[in-house]
Amino acid sequence: MNGTLAYVYAVARDLPALAASVADLPGVSGGPVRLVRAEPGDDVAALVSDVTAADFAEEPLKRHMEDLDWLETVARAHHGVVEAAAQGTTVLPLRLATVYLDDDRVRAMLAAHRRAFADRLDRLARHTEWGVKLYVEAPAREEQQPAAAAGTGRDYLRMRRAQRGSREDAYRAAQGAAARVEEAARGHAVDRVRHRPQQGTLARGPGENIVNDAYLVPQREAEAFREDVTRAVAAQGVRVEITGPWVPYSFAAPPSEEPRQAPDGTTGP
Amino acid sequence: MSAPNGPLPADRGDRDPLPQRQAALIDLLDRLLGGGAVITGDVVLSIADIDLVRVSLRALIIAISEQNPSPWGAAPAARGDRHDG
Repeated sequence: MNGTLAYVYAVARDLPALAASVADLPGVSGGPVRLVRAEPGDDVAALVSDVTAADFAEEPLKRHMEDLDWLETVARAHHGVVEAAAQGTTVLPLRLATVYLDDDRVRAMLAAHRRAFADRLDRLARHTEWGVKLYVEAPAREEQQPAAAAGTGRDYLRMRRAQRGSREDAYRAAQGAAARVEEAARGHAVDRVRHRPQQGTLARGPGENIVNDAYLVPQREAEAFREDVTRAVAAQGVRVEITGPWVPYSFAAPPSEEPRQAPDGTTGP
Repeated sequence: MSAPNGPLPADRGDRDPLPQRQAALIDLLDRLLGGGAVITGDVVLSIADIDLVRVSLRALIIAISEQNPSPWGAAPAARGDRHDG
Protein backbone atom coordinates (compact mmCIF):
# COMPACT_ATOMS: atom_id res chain seq x y z
CA MET A 1 0.00 0.00 0.00
CA ASN A 2 1.58 3.23 -1.13
CA GLY A 3 0.83 6.91 -1.12
CA THR A 4 -1.96 8.55 0.77
CA LEU A 5 -4.87 7.41 2.87
CA ALA A 6 -7.97 9.30 3.97
CA TYR A 7 -8.08 10.05 7.69
CA VAL A 8 -11.60 10.76 8.95
CA TYR A 9 -12.04 12.90 12.07
CA ALA A 10 -15.75 13.13 12.36
CA VAL A 11 -19.07 13.26 10.60
CA ALA A 12 -20.94 16.52 10.85
CA ARG A 13 -24.14 18.21 9.84
CA ASP A 14 -23.06 20.12 6.77
CA LEU A 15 -24.12 23.64 7.58
CA PRO A 16 -22.63 26.61 5.71
CA ALA A 17 -20.39 27.37 8.69
CA LEU A 18 -18.71 23.99 8.57
CA ALA A 19 -16.36 24.45 5.63
CA ALA A 20 -15.14 27.79 6.94
CA SER A 21 -14.58 26.52 10.46
CA VAL A 22 -12.03 23.93 9.38
CA ALA A 23 -10.58 25.76 6.38
CA ASP A 24 -7.30 26.87 7.91
CA LEU A 25 -6.72 24.06 10.34
CA PRO A 26 -3.75 21.76 10.21
CA GLY A 27 -4.87 18.15 10.27
CA VAL A 28 -3.14 15.22 11.91
CA SER A 29 -0.37 15.30 9.30
CA GLY A 30 -0.25 19.07 9.06
CA GLY A 31 -2.18 19.14 5.78
CA PRO A 32 -5.58 20.70 5.20
CA VAL A 33 -8.96 19.34 6.22
CA ARG A 34 -11.66 18.91 3.56
CA LEU A 35 -15.29 17.89 3.46
CA VAL A 36 -16.38 14.69 1.76
CA ARG A 37 -20.06 13.99 1.02
CA ALA A 38 -21.70 10.81 -0.19
CA GLU A 39 -23.61 12.83 -2.77
CA PRO A 40 -23.26 16.48 -3.68
CA GLY A 41 -25.68 18.47 -1.57
CA ASP A 42 -25.91 15.88 1.21
CA ASP A 43 -26.45 17.44 4.59
CA VAL A 44 -23.98 15.12 6.30
CA ALA A 45 -20.28 15.43 5.54
CA ALA A 46 -17.11 13.73 6.71
CA LEU A 47 -14.09 15.78 7.77
CA VAL A 48 -11.10 14.26 6.04
CA SER A 49 -7.36 14.80 5.68
CA ASP A 50 -4.77 13.07 3.55
CA VAL A 51 -2.25 11.12 5.58
CA THR A 52 0.65 9.00 4.42
CA ALA A 53 0.40 5.26 4.33
CA ALA A 54 3.90 5.25 5.78
CA ASP A 55 2.41 6.60 9.02
CA PHE A 56 -1.20 5.45 9.00
CA ALA A 57 -1.30 2.02 7.40
CA GLU A 58 -1.95 -0.78 9.80
CA GLU A 59 1.60 -1.73 10.75
CA PRO A 60 3.09 1.74 11.23
CA LEU A 61 -0.04 2.86 13.01
CA LYS A 62 0.25 0.05 15.53
CA ARG A 63 3.82 1.03 16.20
CA HIS A 64 3.00 4.72 16.49
CA MET A 65 0.18 4.12 18.92
CA GLU A 66 2.70 2.92 21.47
CA ASP A 67 4.62 6.16 21.17
CA LEU A 68 3.06 8.59 23.58
CA ASP A 69 4.53 11.70 21.95
CA TRP A 70 3.24 10.71 18.53
CA LEU A 71 -0.08 9.80 20.01
CA GLU A 72 -0.42 13.11 21.81
CA THR A 73 0.38 15.08 18.67
CA VAL A 74 -2.21 13.19 16.64
CA ALA A 75 -4.78 13.25 19.44
CA ARG A 76 -4.48 17.03 19.85
CA ALA A 77 -4.68 17.64 16.12
CA HIS A 78 -7.72 15.36 15.87
CA HIS A 79 -9.30 17.14 18.81
CA GLY A 80 -8.51 20.54 17.33
CA VAL A 81 -10.35 19.71 14.12
CA VAL A 82 -13.33 18.23 15.95
CA GLU A 83 -13.60 21.21 18.29
CA ALA A 84 -13.32 23.74 15.48
CA ALA A 85 -15.99 21.99 13.46
CA ALA A 86 -18.25 21.92 16.50
CA GLN A 87 -18.18 25.71 16.70
CA GLY A 88 -20.66 25.90 13.88
CA THR A 89 -22.57 22.65 13.74
CA THR A 90 -23.29 19.30 15.38
CA VAL A 91 -20.40 16.88 15.18
CA LEU A 92 -20.17 13.13 15.60
CA PRO A 93 -16.51 12.38 16.32
CA LEU A 94 -15.06 9.11 15.10
CA ARG A 95 -12.62 6.97 17.03
CA LEU A 96 -9.04 8.18 16.76
CA ALA A 97 -7.24 6.83 13.68
CA THR A 98 -10.22 5.91 11.54
CA VAL A 99 -8.53 5.59 8.18
CA TYR A 100 -9.83 4.75 4.70
CA LEU A 101 -8.05 3.96 1.47
CA ASP A 102 -9.47 6.96 -0.33
CA ASP A 103 -12.40 9.36 -0.58
CA ASP A 104 -14.51 6.84 -2.45
CA ARG A 105 -14.31 4.52 0.51
CA VAL A 106 -15.30 7.41 2.78
CA ARG A 107 -18.30 8.13 0.53
CA ALA A 108 -19.32 4.49 0.70
CA MET A 109 -19.08 4.59 4.47
CA LEU A 110 -21.21 7.75 4.60
CA ALA A 111 -23.81 6.23 2.33
CA ALA A 112 -23.92 2.99 4.32
CA HIS A 113 -24.52 4.79 7.60
CA ARG A 114 -26.51 7.74 6.30
CA ARG A 115 -29.56 7.12 8.43
CA ALA A 116 -27.67 6.24 11.61
CA PHE A 117 -25.49 9.33 11.32
CA ALA A 118 -28.48 11.58 10.79
CA ASP A 119 -30.28 10.11 13.79
CA ARG A 120 -27.27 10.41 16.03
CA LEU A 121 -26.58 13.98 14.94
CA ASP A 122 -30.18 14.88 15.74
CA ARG A 123 -29.74 13.29 19.12
CA LEU A 124 -26.53 15.18 19.90
CA ALA A 125 -27.63 18.58 18.63
CA ARG A 126 -27.47 21.26 21.31
CA HIS A 127 -25.91 18.82 23.79
CA THR A 128 -22.40 18.81 25.19
CA GLU A 129 -20.44 16.33 27.20
CA TRP A 130 -19.16 17.06 30.69
CA GLY A 131 -16.60 15.01 32.54
CA VAL A 132 -17.09 14.48 36.26
CA LYS A 133 -14.17 13.05 38.16
CA LEU A 134 -14.14 12.38 41.87
CA TYR A 135 -10.94 12.11 43.84
CA VAL A 136 -10.56 10.85 47.35
CA GLU A 137 -7.76 12.36 49.32
CA ALA A 138 -7.32 9.58 51.84
CA PRO A 139 -4.41 9.47 54.21
CA ALA A 140 -1.70 7.31 52.71
CA ARG A 141 -1.53 3.70 53.75
CA GLU A 142 1.94 4.26 55.13
CA GLU A 143 2.43 7.75 56.47
CA GLN A 144 6.03 8.73 56.53
CA GLN A 145 6.10 8.86 60.26
CA PRO A 146 9.55 9.03 61.73
CA ALA A 147 10.13 5.85 63.70
CA ALA A 148 10.52 7.90 66.87
CA ALA A 149 7.01 9.27 66.59
CA ALA A 150 5.59 5.83 67.01
CA GLY A 151 7.30 5.37 70.35
CA THR A 152 6.22 2.11 71.87
CA GLY A 153 4.72 -0.78 70.02
CA ARG A 154 1.34 0.12 71.46
CA ASP A 155 1.60 3.69 70.16
CA TYR A 156 2.47 2.29 66.78
CA LEU A 157 -0.53 0.00 66.70
CA ARG A 158 -2.84 2.81 67.77
CA MET A 159 -1.44 5.01 65.05
CA ARG A 160 -1.95 2.33 62.42
CA ARG A 161 -5.50 1.75 63.57
CA ALA A 162 -6.23 5.44 63.34
CA GLN A 163 -4.78 5.58 59.86
CA ARG A 164 -6.85 2.65 58.72
CA GLY A 165 -9.93 4.18 60.26
CA SER A 166 -9.48 7.50 58.55
CA ARG A 167 -8.87 5.80 55.21
CA GLU A 168 -12.10 3.90 55.58
CA ASP A 169 -13.88 7.09 56.59
CA ALA A 170 -12.53 8.86 53.53
CA TYR A 171 -13.71 6.15 51.15
CA ARG A 172 -17.09 5.98 52.83
CA ALA A 173 -17.43 9.73 52.49
CA ALA A 174 -16.43 9.45 48.85
CA GLN A 175 -18.99 6.77 48.20
CA GLY A 176 -21.68 9.00 49.64
CA ALA A 177 -20.48 11.91 47.56
CA ALA A 178 -20.49 9.76 44.43
CA ALA A 179 -24.11 8.80 45.03
CA ARG A 180 -25.13 12.42 45.57
CA VAL A 181 -23.25 13.53 42.48
CA GLU A 182 -24.96 10.88 40.40
CA GLU A 183 -28.33 11.97 41.69
CA ALA A 184 -27.60 15.64 41.02
CA ALA A 185 -26.23 14.92 37.55
CA ARG A 186 -29.23 12.84 36.63
CA GLY A 187 -31.43 15.84 37.21
CA HIS A 188 -29.88 17.50 34.16
CA ALA A 189 -28.11 14.91 32.04
CA VAL A 190 -29.78 12.71 29.46
CA ASP A 191 -27.10 10.03 29.31
CA ARG A 192 -24.00 8.81 31.08
CA VAL A 193 -20.93 6.80 30.19
CA ARG A 194 -18.44 5.56 32.74
CA HIS A 195 -14.78 5.70 31.91
CA ARG A 196 -12.22 3.74 33.82
CA PRO A 197 -10.83 5.65 36.83
CA GLN A 198 -7.58 7.27 35.87
CA GLN A 199 -4.37 5.76 37.16
CA GLY A 200 -0.76 5.70 36.14
CA THR A 201 1.71 8.27 35.01
CA LEU A 202 -0.74 10.41 33.06
CA ALA A 203 -3.23 10.64 35.90
CA ARG A 204 -3.24 13.86 37.82
CA GLY A 205 -3.87 14.28 41.48
CA PRO A 206 -4.03 15.22 44.10
CA GLY A 207 -5.85 12.22 45.42
CA GLU A 208 -6.98 8.97 43.92
CA ASN A 209 -9.45 9.06 41.06
CA ILE A 210 -12.42 6.89 41.91
CA VAL A 211 -15.11 8.10 39.52
CA ASN A 212 -14.49 9.13 35.90
CA ASP A 213 -17.86 9.65 34.29
CA ALA A 214 -19.07 11.52 31.24
CA TYR A 215 -22.55 13.03 31.08
CA LEU A 216 -24.46 14.21 28.05
CA VAL A 217 -26.10 17.47 29.01
CA PRO A 218 -28.41 19.80 27.07
CA GLN A 219 -26.58 23.09 26.57
CA ARG A 220 -29.26 25.04 28.37
CA GLU A 221 -28.74 22.84 31.45
CA ALA A 222 -24.95 23.12 31.51
CA GLU A 223 -24.70 25.82 34.13
CA ALA A 224 -27.18 24.18 36.49
CA PHE A 225 -25.51 20.81 35.95
CA ARG A 226 -22.14 22.15 37.02
CA GLU A 227 -23.52 24.00 39.99
CA ASP A 228 -25.56 21.10 41.29
CA VAL A 229 -22.80 18.56 40.81
CA THR A 230 -20.28 20.78 42.55
CA ARG A 231 -22.64 21.37 45.42
CA ALA A 232 -23.50 17.69 45.75
CA VAL A 233 -19.94 16.66 46.62
CA ALA A 234 -19.88 18.32 50.04
CA ALA A 235 -17.64 15.84 51.76
CA GLN A 236 -14.36 16.24 53.58
CA GLY A 237 -11.47 14.73 51.65
CA VAL A 238 -13.43 14.35 48.41
CA ARG A 239 -12.67 16.54 45.44
CA VAL A 240 -14.61 16.93 42.22
CA GLU A 241 -13.14 17.96 38.92
CA ILE A 242 -15.53 18.90 36.17
CA THR A 243 -14.14 19.07 32.64
CA GLY A 244 -15.82 20.39 29.57
CA PRO A 245 -17.72 21.28 27.63
CA TRP A 246 -16.54 18.49 25.34
CA VAL A 247 -17.79 17.58 21.93
CA PRO A 248 -19.81 14.46 22.85
CA TYR A 249 -17.07 11.93 22.17
CA SER A 250 -18.31 9.52 24.77
CA PHE A 251 -21.80 9.50 23.24
CA ALA A 252 -20.96 8.97 19.61
CA ALA A 253 -22.40 5.47 19.81
CA PRO A 254 -21.55 3.07 17.02
CA PRO A 255 -24.21 3.71 14.41
CA SER A 256 -24.75 0.08 13.51
CA GLU A 257 -24.76 -1.26 17.00
CA GLU A 258 -27.44 -0.46 19.53
CA PRO A 259 -26.88 -2.68 22.56
CA ARG A 260 -25.49 0.26 24.51
CA GLN A 261 -28.87 1.93 24.47
CA ALA A 262 -30.32 2.08 27.94
CA PRO A 263 -33.80 0.67 28.38
CA ASP A 264 -34.96 3.03 31.07
CA GLY A 265 -36.02 6.02 29.02
CA THR A 266 -33.34 8.37 30.30
CA THR A 267 -31.62 8.37 26.96
CA GLY A 268 -33.87 10.49 24.91
CA PRO A 269 -36.43 13.21 24.75
CA MET B 1 -17.48 24.69 21.90
CA SER B 2 -20.35 26.84 20.89
CA ALA B 3 -18.73 29.85 22.46
CA PRO B 4 -15.32 30.27 23.97
CA ASN B 5 -15.96 30.86 27.62
CA GLY B 6 -12.75 32.15 29.07
CA PRO B 7 -11.16 30.02 31.71
CA LEU B 8 -12.09 26.40 31.43
CA PRO B 9 -15.22 25.76 33.46
CA ALA B 10 -13.37 23.02 35.29
CA ASP B 11 -11.62 25.75 37.21
CA ARG B 12 -14.78 26.69 38.99
CA GLY B 13 -15.26 25.00 42.28
CA ASP B 14 -11.90 23.34 41.87
CA ARG B 15 -9.41 23.81 44.59
CA ASP B 16 -6.60 23.96 42.11
CA PRO B 17 -6.90 27.36 40.48
CA LEU B 18 -4.30 26.75 37.76
CA PRO B 19 -5.81 27.95 34.54
CA GLN B 20 -5.83 25.14 32.05
CA ARG B 21 -6.66 25.98 28.50
CA GLN B 22 -5.49 22.68 27.17
CA ALA B 23 -7.36 19.50 27.92
CA ALA B 24 -5.40 17.00 29.99
CA LEU B 25 -4.01 14.31 27.73
CA ILE B 26 -5.50 11.54 29.82
CA ASP B 27 -9.00 13.04 29.55
CA LEU B 28 -8.51 13.39 25.82
CA LEU B 29 -7.35 9.78 25.43
CA ASP B 30 -10.28 8.51 27.48
CA ARG B 31 -12.49 10.10 24.85
CA LEU B 32 -10.53 9.58 21.65
CA LEU B 33 -9.66 5.96 22.35
CA GLY B 34 -12.60 4.99 24.52
CA GLY B 35 -15.22 7.12 22.78
CA GLY B 36 -15.90 8.25 19.26
CA ALA B 37 -17.99 6.27 16.83
CA VAL B 38 -16.32 3.06 15.69
CA ILE B 39 -17.29 2.60 12.09
CA THR B 40 -17.39 -0.88 10.68
CA GLY B 41 -16.18 -1.37 7.16
CA ASP B 42 -12.86 0.32 7.82
CA VAL B 43 -10.62 -1.18 5.18
CA VAL B 44 -7.32 -0.38 6.80
CA LEU B 45 -7.69 -1.27 10.42
CA SER B 46 -10.23 -3.76 11.59
CA ILE B 47 -12.05 -2.92 14.79
CA ALA B 48 -10.31 -5.80 16.48
CA ASP B 49 -6.99 -4.23 15.62
CA ILE B 50 -8.03 -0.91 17.03
CA ASP B 51 -9.10 -2.60 20.21
CA LEU B 52 -5.80 -4.41 20.38
CA VAL B 53 -4.00 -1.15 19.98
CA ARG B 54 -6.12 0.31 22.71
CA VAL B 55 -5.48 -2.54 25.07
CA SER B 56 -1.74 -2.47 24.66
CA LEU B 57 -1.74 1.29 24.95
CA ARG B 58 -3.80 1.11 28.10
CA ALA B 59 -1.31 -1.30 29.52
CA LEU B 60 1.42 1.14 28.68
CA ILE B 61 -0.02 4.28 30.17
CA ILE B 62 -2.29 3.09 32.87
CA ALA B 63 -0.51 0.11 34.33
CA ILE B 64 -3.76 -1.33 35.54
CA SER B 65 -2.93 -3.77 38.24
CA GLU B 66 -4.73 -6.28 40.34
CA GLN B 67 -2.80 -4.95 43.33
CA ASN B 68 -4.27 -1.52 42.81
CA PRO B 69 -7.98 -2.09 42.48
CA SER B 70 -10.67 0.50 42.63
CA PRO B 71 -11.95 1.13 46.16
CA TRP B 72 -15.43 0.30 44.86
CA GLY B 73 -14.47 -3.29 44.24
CA ALA B 74 -15.19 -4.14 40.64
CA ALA B 75 -13.93 -1.20 38.63
CA PRO B 76 -16.35 0.19 36.09
CA ALA B 77 -15.42 -0.97 32.64
CA ALA B 78 -13.98 1.48 30.17
CA ARG B 79 -16.85 0.74 27.86
CA GLY B 80 -19.91 2.85 28.35
CA ASP B 81 -22.58 1.50 30.53
CA ARG B 82 -25.40 3.90 30.23
CA HIS B 83 -27.79 5.16 32.81
CA ASP B 84 -29.18 1.88 33.85
CA GLY B 85 -29.97 2.03 37.50
